[in-house]
Amino acid sequence: MVPMDLAVKTEDLTRVFRLRKREGGREVLALDRVNLEVRRGELFGLLGPNGAGKTTLIKILATLLAPTSGRAFVAGVDVVENPAEVRRHINMVCGGETSGYGLLTVEENLWMFAQFYGIPSREARRRIGELLSLVGMADRAKTKVYHLSSGMRQKMNVVRGFLTDPEILFLDEPTLGLDVQTARTIRGFIRQWLREHPDRTILLTTHYMHEADELCDRVAIIDRGRILACAAPAALKKTLQREAVFRLYLEGLADAKAALDGMPGVRALAQQEEDGRLRVDLILSEEEVLVSVLSRLQAKGAKLAELRKEEPTLEDVFLALVGRRLSEEAP
Amino acid sequence: MRRLREAWQGFKAGAWLGWQIESNWTEPFLFAIYSVIKPVAGVLILVFMYLVVAQGGLENPLFPQVFLGTTFYLYVVNVLSGISWSVHDDREHYGMLKYVYMAPLHLYGYLLGRGAAKTLVATISVLITLAFGMAFLRVRLSLGSPGLLAAALMLGLAALAFYGILLAGVSLLIARHGWMVGDVVAGGLYLLCGAAFPLALLPAPFRALGLGLPPTYWLEALRRALLGAGLHPELAALSDAQLLLILAGSTLLGVALSAGLFRAAERIAVRRGLLDMQTMY
Repeated sequence: MVPMDLAVKTEDLTRVFRLRKREGGREVLALDRVNLEVRRGELFGLLGPNGAGKTTLIKILATLLAPTSGRAFVAGVDVVENPAEVRRHINMVCGGETSGYGLLTVEENLWMFAQFYGIPSREARRRIGELLSLVGMADRAKTKVYHLSSGMRQKMNVVRGFLTDPEILFLDEPTLGLDVQTARTIRGFIRQWLREHPDRTILLTTHYMHEADELCDRVAIIDRGRILACAAPAALKKTLQREAVFRLYLEGLADAKAALDGMPGVRALAQQEEDGRLRVDLILSEEEVLVSVLSRLQAKGAKLAELRKEEPTLEDVFLALVGRRLSEEAP
Repeated sequence: MRRLREAWQGFKAGAWLGWQIESNWTEPFLFAIYSVIKPVAGVLILVFMYLVVAQGGLENPLFPQVFLGTTFYLYVVNVLSGISWSVHDDREHYGMLKYVYMAPLHLYGYLLGRGAAKTLVATISVLITLAFGMAFLRVRLSLGSPGLLAAALMLGLAALAFYGILLAGVSLLIARHGWMVGDVVAGGLYLLCGAAFPLALLPAPFRALGLGLPPTYWLEALRRALLGAGLHPELAALSDAQLLLILAGSTLLGVALSAGLFRAAERIAVRRGLLDMQTMY
């Protein structure tokens, strides 16, 4: 029995993909015994890099994919045992795709989906007008979808997700690949919708750290199919408060990771080339470690160009948990 | 009751969308021209083959039989392969199959709706082709058995739709090659069900296969209804009622097979994660 206050609950949810023989025939573990609880009325974020298992999880919850083992409940209903009932409570929006019936106008596309959900025609048109205005697309209602830019198309897809007023909404990377302004509009829209519908639940996947930080009540950090941490963004960042987070810019050194390898007090490190210098993000167990870090780097020929002490971000939390940045591919 | 309502919702929305896709791709004027030219060009190819290659004459009693069989075969192409194409189109082209699937509607009903739109389009083509044949190819049709015509049309189209759903189930499972399922089946049926020539011309094993196919009986019933006689001596012993009974039986079989197999295909597709697979082929 799933408690009434939970919108989503998973129990040891696991998904294994078996590649075809000609693709190597091996098994890929996409989700590894995921246990998650999302409360009703919550905007819950799933933060992780590409390939972490976020979309796989959403697809299982949306009844599009079966788990290999474990169980998942949406609105208290088992997604495997009664998918038809689950679908009455949910909707989903995926980012980074060019879906939509191009021959139809924006309004027609949305109206048709409203019909899928049994929304009376007049009510559907009222909601469409209202939602299109909110995302700044009221003047595009009669435009055929194939004339829309990818950003406009994504806004239409976001409206499609909210149009049916779902009890639980899955947003899978809704701002992926969008320009800053469009992404901001969509985030603003999500916030406003939740303010007006406080009983609704959103499960958002993203690999944009600031998006999760800005929008989510709670965030789960996921990597290689496993949930590594789950708490409010502030609480997650608080876990690093005893540590010291620094950003260094170095010249004359190509690999700080190798230089500081095995050094006591260095909890995590990420580096990348930036404007001809090496940017190094460091999480140290305490500030005092910095002195010996700098000495070691100088001994390896590095010249310190800039040093900043940073407030911990979710990116740093991820770095501390996983040992690499969100944007870095898993080795 | 709720599932029935959702199936009806899916049917209505599928039919509306299907009609938009079929008719809305160009200006109404161009669509009207296309709707006339396409079926007429198709029938002219047949006439050319019949007159030049087979060296038959328009007065030969075989010609109206071949003409009628080929004309009504348009339904097979449009409805049977059209429904399975919808799965491929929604998944690969529009990227919308997953959203359709996760809506609270009956996918089966939705696909039947898409099939209804295809039926409407095919009906326009069939009527235009029949009118062309009567006006220019000396084809004489009579409505001697309107009851037989109505019953055969209804049962045959229903059977086509349900077998189309069955093929849609196959399309669900073969994401990469889903587009060809309908084409292959429609092409094979054209050869085997005696649409363009008598079954007697086929080698014995293919003839036996043809006699096991519902469209063979459907076309035979339509020929009897509109021309007063059938094409195949093998079926001459069957009365009109027996033909309809066979059609009704095959329709029921289609309902049972499509319901069971489509459901099974759906389950496999969910297990393998095929519902949103875009192969970029």
